[in-house]
Amino acid sequence: MPHDHHDYLHSLLPPEPELRVKALETILVEKGLVDPEALQLIIDTYQHKIGPQIGARLVARAWADARFKDRLLNDTDTVLAEAELAGRQGEHVVVVENTADTHNLVVCTLCSCYPWPLLGIPPGWYKSDNYRRRAVREPRAVLAEFGLILPETTRIRVWDSTAEIRYLVLPQCPEQATHLSEDELAQWVTRDSMIGAGLPICPADTPMRKEG
Amino acid sequence: MARVKLPLSAAGRVHDMGGQPGGPVSIDPQGQPVFAQNWQARALAVTVAAGGLGKWTLDESRHARERLPAEDYMAYGYYEKWMAGLATLLVEHGLVTMDELRSGQLAAAGEQGVEQYDPVPPTAAQVRAAIARGGPSRRPDRTPPRYACGQKVQVLSPDSAARQPGGHTRLPAYAAHQTGVIISHHGSHVLPDSNAHGLGENPEHLYGVCFYANDLWPEQVGSKDEVCLDLWESYLVAINA
Repeated sequence: MPHDHHDYLHSLLPPEPELRVKALETILVEKGLVDPEALQLIIDTYQHKIGPQIGARLVARAWADARFKDRLLNDTDTVLAEAELAGRQGEHVVVVENTADTHNLVVCTLCSCYPWPLLGIPPGWYKSDNYRRRAVREPRAVLAEFGLILPETTRIRVWDSTAEIRYLVLPQCPEQATHLSEDELAQWVTRDSMIGAGLPICPADTPMRKEG
Repeated sequence: MARVKLPLSAAGRVHDMGGQPGGPVSIDPQGQPVFAQNWQARALAVTVAAGGLGKWTLDESRHARERLPAEDYMAYGYYEKWMAGLATLLVEHGLVTMDELRSGQLAAAGEQGVEQYDPVPPTAAQVRAAIARGGPSRRPDRTPPRYACGQKVQVLSPDSAARQPGGHTRLPAYAAHQTGVIISHHGSHVLPDSNAHGLGENPEHLYGVCFYANDLWPEQVGSKDEVCLDLWESYLVAINA
């Protein structure tokens, strides 16, 4: 048998990731299994269209409009369907609200499930083994690495995304921002604050911020 | 034709890493490009587009990544795991042959080992619609829910929950034998343990179950932190309060 080690199918491909992808893409396109225009559309969608700015607008609206916030928390899938935001990897969403005594943090220990239509593709750290290992066990230590030190009196609730329910954290609106417009509020909402790995930040303090 | 079928548990659940010791999280700042390298964007696109052929489910593709040899699972980055899982799925479903993977050359028409496939791939417009539509896992209830919010339940082990010996399950090992409280009911959802193995969707009630960190982790004595998981009905047994 030439292929006793067929459990290593991927080892038939070139060793460098770049060439491995190229090899698969070439075979699939040449066989007519994949349309090159569809590939371009997928890249364009996740590189330029779908990202944390979408979740930030929802959060800002919830901060500015109590009725919307109530619906976002209690009738989430209807709100997202109306806004055409219930797509791939966001079919069933639960929004969890940070309060004065509870802080929420989202992880997927088994793979890297993440609310794509609201936040885009997950950042590298969210997909990393160390985050997947430690977030459920020592969330305070993990959050401290993000520069977020929570008082012992704050209860942390970690959400492990083990099923097809995707979690979005609704952070607390910073007191200094409560008078702002929805558009201005959206600038305070960071990607990490919607995962629970950070808090909203004054846009003036985030020169690096360029959504993507 | 005989399909190549891989061992069910080549990786020994190396992906199930919640609660294991780990080093500092390598934090990439916000505002970085979505894809650090161009090939990662192409890997995502190829995987999503090939998934659009409808030959396998999301559960099956997760299982394909979990079946990677442990050393590869640990050594590979996110998109490298995707590529490896995709190679497995393409060969197992007869869309691509091992020789094609190895040589990069297409097999001659009619050659043994290549299944008939629809030669018209999903168009860009169809892919756009598929991304917007997603693939909901909620299904109509077949039975009334066994548990109610506030009820205490105990969790099985991954081995005893999985429908296939050593097969796919979404029950993390750290929750095994732990006692938690039902905090939400999500309705009936496709059961991955069955669906990943082509054994049907077998939808079951899905619950949010909350655990005290204090119970899960010996060093968290006195902590009031909580860990919440979504668990299917067959992962749980009732506890007499």
